[in-house]
Amino acid sequence: MFEAIAFYLFAFLTIAMFFITVTTSQALYALTALAAGMIFISAFFFILGADFLGAVQIIVYTGAVMALYAFGMMFFDTTREVKEKQGNKYIIVGLSTLAAVLVVVIFAAPMVSENIVALYPAIDGVGNTQEVGLVLFTKYLIPFEVAAVMLLVAMVAGIVLAGKKMDLSITLMNDVEIEEEKNKKVLS
Amino acid sequence: MMEIGLNHYLVLSTILFAIGLVGVMRRKNLLLLFFATEILLNAVNVAFAAISHYYGDLTGQMFAFFVIAIAASEVAVGLGLLIVWYKRHGSIDLDALTTMKG
Repeated sequence: MFEAIAFYLFAFLTIAMFFITVTTSQALYALTALAAGMIFISAFFFILGADFLGAVQIIVYTGAVMALYAFGMMFFDTTREVKEKQGNKYIIVGLSTLAAVLVVVIFAAPMVSENIVALYPAIDGVGNTQEVGLVLFTKYLIPFEVAAVMLLVAMVAGIVLAGKKMDLSITLMNDVEIEEEKNKKVLS
Repeated sequence: MMEIGLNHYLVLSTILFAIGLVGVMRRKNLLLLFFATEILLNAVNVAFAAISHYYGDLTGQMFAFFVIAIAASEVAVGLGLLIVWYKRHGSIDLDALTTMKG
């Protein structure tokens, strides 16, 4: 009963937040609505008993990813209105076809996969975090290490890409200096 | 009220995925395209966690973790590229990227 109430409440809230994210014309509204939607998504993980995944969702998405987006938005001119593509009939037709196919596949998939057995069944008497640790550090150890290397590469790439010309500050230069910098960039 | 089953979660995941697809299709601003991509990844994560719960298997949660790791690195690299592009062209609209149109 409470599970149903929680599911429908959070489903409504998540859909509303993500809908705002893709329809609003203000980038800041989109950012805040996306952050709220991420938090509501983590509620589903808690309902499903995946406590560790819910905590990771809050920490990584609303903590790291959203902070990174908010930081990145300071570089861009986000105060102006966002221009939208004009509605294209083919895109609408294609999207609705794709969504309909997805729904059909979803209802057909449980029928096809009746005989699925759990490869790593949940262990009784152990919390979710401990189960995750047991599986992650035995069966999925190598993908885990590869993911760590990938995150390191992404960090280095982010620093190298965004860190160029960080010693220049446009707010501290006057107009003549900014023009000189622009000309230098064009020439180089 | 009826019991919440696997299909409820899968339908919710489909709706969220469709919202993300609409965002990818109609947005012109690259930053908001990234937001729509995050929505797509999150919709898939919900489906993974639900399947993991209803089949009593932890593999779904493992894949959700790796999807989160990929999303984090995607944001780091993507934002770096966006900043470089914005410094060079002064705009992050998709129209500004079509320089090879001939």
